[in-house]
Amino acid sequence: MSNERQDLYPGYDVLAKRDTPSWNEQTREVIDARLALDPEGHSFFTDAEWATLKALVDRIVPQPASRTAPIPVAAMVDEKMRGPGDGFRIASLPPMGEAWRRGLAALAAEAEERHGRRFHEIGTAEQDAIVRDAKEGRGKEAAWAGLPPKEFFSHRVVPDVVKSYYAHPTAWNEIGWGGPASPRGYVRMDFNRRDPWEAAEAKPGQEEKARRENRRVGR
Amino acid sequence: MSDAETTIRATGGRAPDVFRLGGWVPMREYREADEVDFAIVGTGGGGGTLACRLAEAGFSVVAFDAGAYWRPLEDFASDEHHQSKLYWTDERISDGENPIQLGSNNSGKSVGGSTVHFAMVSLRFRPEWFKSRTLLGYGADWPLDWREMWGYYGEVENALKIAGPVSYPWGPKRPRYPYRAHEMNAAARVLARGCDAQGYRWTETPLATVSAPRGESPPCVYRGFCTLGCSTNAKQSALVTWLPRALAAGAEIRDLAMVGRIETNEAGRATGVQYHRDGRWRFQKARNVVVAGYAIETPRLLLMSATTRFPDGLGNSSGLVGKYLTVQGNQAVWGQCEDEIRSYKGPPSLAVTEHFNYHDEGKDFHGGYCWMSQGPLPMLWGGTLAGDRGLWGEALVAEMQRYNHSVGLKVVSEYMPQERNTVTLADETDRYGLPIARVTYSWCDNDKRMNRHALDQMRMSLAGAGATELWEQENDTCHLNGTARMGSDPATSVVDSDCRSWDIPNLWVCDGSVFPTVGGVNPSLTIQAIACRTADRIAALAKRGDLERRSVLTGS
Repeated sequence: MSNERQDLYPGYDVLAKRDTPSWNEQTREVIDARLALDPEGHSFFTDAEWATLKALVDRIVPQPASRTAPIPVAAMVDEKMRGPGDGFRIASLPPMGEAWRRGLAALAAEAEERHGRRFHEIGTAEQDAIVRDAKEGRGKEAAWAGLPPKEFFSHRVVPDVVKSYYAHPTAWNEIGWGGPASPRGYVRMDFNRRDPWEAAEAKPGQEEKARRENRRVGR
Repeated sequence: MSDAETTIRATGGRAPDVFRLGGWVPMREYREADEVDFAIVGTGGGGGTLACRLAEAGFSVVAFDAGAYWRPLEDFASDEHHQSKLYWTDERISDGENPIQLGSNNSGKSVGGSTVHFAMVSLRFRPEWFKSRTLLGYGADWPLDWREMWGYYGEVENALKIAGPVSYPWGPKRPRYPYRAHEMNAAARVLARGCDAQGYRWTETPLATVSAPRGESPPCVYRGFCTLGCSTNAKQSALVTWLPRALAAGAEIRDLAMVGRIETNEAGRATGVQYHRDGRWRFQKARNVVVAGYAIETPRLLLMSATTRFPDGLGNSSGLVGKYLTVQGNQAVWGQCEDEIRSYKGPPSLAVTEHFNYHDEGKDFHGGYCWMSQGPLPMLWGGTLAGDRGLWGEALVAEMQRYNHSVGLKVVSEYMPQERNTVTLADETDRYGLPIARVTYSWCDNDKRMNRHALDQMRMSLAGAGATELWEQENDTCHLNGTARMGSDPATSVVDSDCRSWDIPNLWVCDGSVFPTVGGVNPSLTIQAIACRTADRIAALAKRGDLERRSVLTGS
């Protein structure tokens, strides 16, 4: 299979199931609130941190330029900073919010040192190089100032950014997940079986069939 | 939407009816000045079960939980992100050579504890594990006899109407499971194919979610959100099984009640608990105190309750409170199938093989393990691909698109008890001003050899089932046990076989903390079986007048 993003579940929109027996009232309430999140809303991060964060999340979970309403990943991370944490932290990292502030400052400092510009102003290839170095633990000590880049990446960036992205219905459409399922649940459990309220995968040459089936998941 | 996290629900002579929207059931209440027979800290698999059985035996019981009292039908969304509200999200610090991830699968902050979001896997110990030092040459012997435990396993399986196979492939004979096994999903069929290719037996996993109606519980509808809380009440958690029984028998449950200290008097006996509820600290008098907060909060509370008489914490003359923390390996092998798997449907672990729990030949390590089929939801799966496989950017989003074809096997393996793996108190404090827990974990060479063996076996199995592009998730662990171990010698254990402190005769521990070894299966069934046994032992001790006075030190 391809290692690029594809339109594997053409026409599938998990939100079409919103008013079906797969979604109960409390689920509608929770997802509605998520969809109503202001993509530019941030009250934890400063404007400078926000610019770096937005550029960073675009490299971790890139979204197609054609997407009219991108998943507001940065706003979801900002929201997380204002809620309960994960229930633990690795001893080498400071608490959640402080780790993020120092990590974003370190990325900005790396960009400044390497390119004389701010992280969100440099090219994506340059951004990727900085991210890759951080992930491999090769951050420059002057920039990271005692924050371990590898741990920052694996214990802060990954859980906060990746899990935010895959908490959003638009991401569920992309991977063909059935989404909320209460109270209806599922019936067809075996190999290659699909309930009519699940996403249909486009087999080569059968894209239109999948599109037709996906149009019916909300009925 | 739900006020359960901010508003005390169990008060005013009533507690939530977990089976009805907005419903209530009557609840007996005790005054704080009443010296109740038992104050129980924690309402999960240990404390909830014990609260039920002690109340049914006629004791006065008040059970405390730091978490909310949910009504699953109205409070649980079908959403992975939102339902993290079931976890213990207060800060803890994790270190050691192999720091363990906390706060999600191995934690719970709810009335009902982590059984509200557990994966429902309900397996018995291999009998030899209760005497692993003597019979198998590793770990420590339990002061319990497997034949007695076999009876209590049966009691719990019946109380939870476990859905499982007619005949179980491993171990001594046991009765058939009360309810029929669940239908296997494709991920479970991959496990079966792999085992068939290797010549190992497999079976439908015995699960604590009903496969037919049971009282107010409808049969499981295969939503697949089990580890995020069951919104239909098919899951037989402590919240919907033991606790309604406890209330009916006259127990009181206090939700949003964080116990911060066990008080002791000059005679060295527990007198009750200090707890924070409704904005202030309060004190409940009790003749006996039971700690059932699981293997981090239990030692934390015992250590925080130190006095001049007990400067190292309560029940700690052995020095072992908070030591021998023992988790289980949770490594996985993942791969791709041409078939659509869609492992998100149904309970996550519908098939299991316990082959390497019961077959020791050829092992270059002590201990055993089982492996099970898996059904990660998108947030968990994204975190796994990014965190464990190291994917990010376009490679991550592309791999995530193969979600419906991804399949995996995950182990639950028996790590060795090591004194150096600990729960201690950090300098940092929480919102109550209490010191937070520091959790220190390192694998020993035996753990590493077992990890390697299990990964190799699961890799062969998945390949045998026809999966390709296999990769290993090396770092995950699950379950928490061992920080107040039971034993037959006060010098080398914290509690006796009755879960009673050697040092303080009216202090008890009843949760996974008492495990001297962990075996290669999920611990919840054993925790509940021990709670049932402890209740029977307490009733027997009370009958002969030994409850408040230890007349004979058993085993010494």
